[in-house]
Amino acid sequence: MSAIPARRFGTLPVVLYTVLAVLAVSVPLLNLAVPEGAPFHVSTYVVTLLGKYTAYALLALALDLVWGYCGILSLGHGAFFALGGYAMGMHLMRMIGPRGVYGNPILPDFMVFLNYKELPWYWLGFDNFLFAMLIVLLAPGLLAYVFGTFAFRSRVTGVYFSIITQAMTFAMMLAFFRNDMGFGGNNGLTDFKEIFGIDLQLASTRDAFFVVSVAALAAGYAICRAIVTSKLGKVLIAIRDAESRTRFLGYRVEQYKLFVWVVSACLAGVAGALYVPQVGIINPSEFAPASSIEAVIWVAVGGRGTLVGAILGAVLVNGFKSWFTGAIPELWLFALGALFILTTLLLPRGIVGTLLHRAGAKAMPATLQEDTVDDAISPEPPRDIKQEKLVRLGA
Amino acid sequence: MLRFLILAALLFASITMGAQAAESPQTPQELIAGLPAADFERKTEMVNALAASGHPRAGLIIGALASGTLFSTVDGRIILQTGQDGKSYADALTGNLIAGLSEGQLTKIGVNNRLRRDLRGLSARLSLMSPDPQTRRKSAADAFTAHDPETLPAIEEARKKESVPSIRQALDEARAAIVLQSDDSSQDDKLAAVNTLRARGDRDALNALLGLRTADSQTLRNAAAAAVKDIESSLAYWGALQNVYYGLSLGSVLLLAAIGLAITFGVMGVINMAHGEMIMLGAYTTYMVQQVVAGVAPALMPWALPLAIPMAFLVAGASGILIERTIIRFLYGRPLETLLATWGLSLLMQQGVRTIFGPTNKPVTAPTWMSGSFDVGHLTITFSRLAIIIFAVAAFSLLTMFLKRTHFGMQMRAVTQNRKMASAMGVRTNWVDALTFGLGSGVAGIAGVALSQIDNVSPNLGQSYIIDSFMVVVFGGVGNLWGTLVGAMTLGVANKFLEPYAGAVVGKILVLAFIILFIQRRPRGLFALKGRAVEA
Repeated sequence: MSAIPARRFGTLPVVLYTVLAVLAVSVPLLNLAVPEGAPFHVSTYVVTLLGKYTAYALLALALDLVWGYCGILSLGHGAFFALGGYAMGMHLMRMIGPRGVYGNPILPDFMVFLNYKELPWYWLGFDNFLFAMLIVLLAPGLLAYVFGTFAFRSRVTGVYFSIITQAMTFAMMLAFFRNDMGFGGNNGLTDFKEIFGIDLQLASTRDAFFVVSVAALAAGYAICRAIVTSKLGKVLIAIRDAESRTRFLGYRVEQYKLFVWVVSACLAGVAGALYVPQVGIINPSEFAPASSIEAVIWVAVGGRGTLVGAILGAVLVNGFKSWFTGAIPELWLFALGALFILTTLLLPRGIVGTLLHRAGAKAMPATLQEDTVDDAISPEPPRDIKQEKLVRLGA
Repeated sequence: MLRFLILAALLFASITMGAQAAESPQTPQELIAGLPAADFERKTEMVNALAASGHPRAGLIIGALASGTLFSTVDGRIILQTGQDGKSYADALTGNLIAGLSEGQLTKIGVNNRLRRDLRGLSARLSLMSPDPQTRRKSAADAFTAHDPETLPAIEEARKKESVPSIRQALDEARAAIVLQSDDSSQDDKLAAVNTLRARGDRDALNALLGLRTADSQTLRNAAAAAVKDIESSLAYWGALQNVYYGLSLGSVLLLAAIGLAITFGVMGVINMAHGEMIMLGAYTTYMVQQVVAGVAPALMPWALPLAIPMAFLVAGASGILIERTIIRFLYGRPLETLLATWGLSLLMQQGVRTIFGPTNKPVTAPTWMSGSFDVGHLTITFSRLAIIIFAVAAFSLLTMFLKRTHFGMQMRAVTQNRKMASAMGVRTNWVDALTFGLGSGVAGIAGVALSQIDNVSPNLGQSYIIDSFMVVVFGGVGNLWGTLVGAMTLGVANKFLEPYAGAVVGKILVLAFIILFIQRRPRGLFALKGRAVEA
């Protein structure tokens, strides 16, 4: 996309913001104001579902920021997502108060069950919403910072990086499965009751969460767009396309990568925090390598290297999944597997990427087309046909 | 003392029997037939006579009488309960199985406590003197664990006659265990017993010695404490060795799982996330082969597993070539996309197998020659683990030989090192690619045969190995089979040593964390390729 001037498609962000604004207003209205049974009524179930997709879209956006614009394929973004989710879940657990099965005002049920005498130190402060929100950002950010510092400094790149991110999320999953970690073990955190003293099950609460999620998505998009359209974004794309060359030009590649990596992890954490109150549970399976890699395919389908594509991909694939697992659940893995293969083989740029590429190709002189080939992963060196002719002629 | 009593009793029994020769039964048949009717005193005499008669089944019959499994039938036959389930019966003297008996038709031949005690001593004595060395060895070991003071005279007597040194030692140990427990043996005798047990040095000896902590004599307590310390340190040493052995066998499993990946990822640079599913295919092939063999030629069942090896190689290898031709060849040079496509493929294959074979585990039986174990010192070597180690090492050596010595191996290495040059030299690079991928997949299939023996054959079999396999290859260094070997063994042993201290899960997390840190220090693994190609 680098070669395509951003202003040519300046309409894209406007379209996105408009769609998000319309959704944020209309969905709660259609849910609350239109009576049940009326043709335009949106059920609370659908509102929650849309809220879930929005959280996923934010995760896809975070992934696209590092993969599409910096060439870092993370197979462990689920870990950041889940950490944010756990931070939110811990706050909601504390908000249950004495209404748990065991009626303990301080300790969550699973801790009473496991004979904890007092709250572990890392649970302190989670009764405060602002503190919990801080941790939603800090926990994934810190993990990403430590992991990224080590990895980028020693120049672990490409598939090696992907594989160790996968190992990271796998190790986290094993750790969170343990009961004595103090995070609820296998069952995770669930049975949430309320937030700010408002019942989580109310339709209006669901609507509020949807609106907040959409707002967070819009904000996330704004942040990502600010990054990729800035000068810094240009350097990121340079790193993606030719890391060594960028380093030789004097840019401190590690720091650029680390910055975008930490921002992406924080965004993923926020996505997790929005996801948990809407689905009502967070457990270690969110750390599973398979869920992280599933998020990658959302981005691939929508079009990596295009922010709108990531959002579109997440919504499309998840909508497809909801419909498919409802209709023919036993064939879902076939469909998902085929989606992976067909996307990489036939639609390597994704939906939005392909559309933009077509539009861009039409607008550009034929000889320049080679340059615009958006092979983000392993680019052929761009061919300069005039230069080659000169060389052949012996100039 | 007791010994003399029993000898005297025996002597007395034979005299009385001699005196009563006219009216008392003498042959073992007659002795046994008279058992149900006799009173307890008479039973003692008859049993002693039976023991003295030297009948080969005398020990068995006396043992059965002591444990209450000797019966008489309505028609006067004497039978004993046999078999593991205790549901079948055999004629006491001939050992022929008798069918169609139910417990209702049988009358147990009764014994009292005194008689039972005599019987136990007698039965131990008989089996300790048995002409068969295996029986003697086993009963000496039994006597050690039982440390029943009643058997002491029998043990001492047997000790004198024993000619096999190892059995003699077992008898010494059994005697020592009894002496330590008994109140009427002398201090010197007990000290000698402590030394005997110290020399034995296993956990049973340790337990017997721990009983001496409350002994009256100070010297004895000290001697026992020193022996306990000695045994504990030697046990720790053997425990470490045992861990190494477990570690090596786990390492072999990892090696088998990773070695195919070392070819596809290490040599070709293709990230094959469906590698685990190739292993799964191999395991399911093993299952199919067993089903077919059981149906067609049940006599060949012990050889179903060796038969499955080439089959698994062919099935997985052919699938590998198919995958390379249809998907992977379009993605060369785009490693991250290969990763995604093969991940999708792994989902397809898992669901495919689940649809065909069902989601449940499939039973794969182990051939009989793989069960059992033997001891080296205090090390228990199980055949199944040993078989996996040998198998892994054999597969590894064959593969390195193949790559080094054959024409195809040479072409393969040429293509890896410089594709264009190899192509210019007339190597058909795309066929080499396909066959190399097939080879890597086939080796994964072979790993599946081995893993079917130790893991559940289910559609998820492969998934549990994929991350481990990648860790091994990345840790060992890409493009180097020796690195894979060292990596697999190191990780296996490290895992087994961490397990006792940290538990299995935390041990695994620690190993993963270690690898992640290790890759930071040496991004190209233990045995990195050197040169310019690395930076490309």
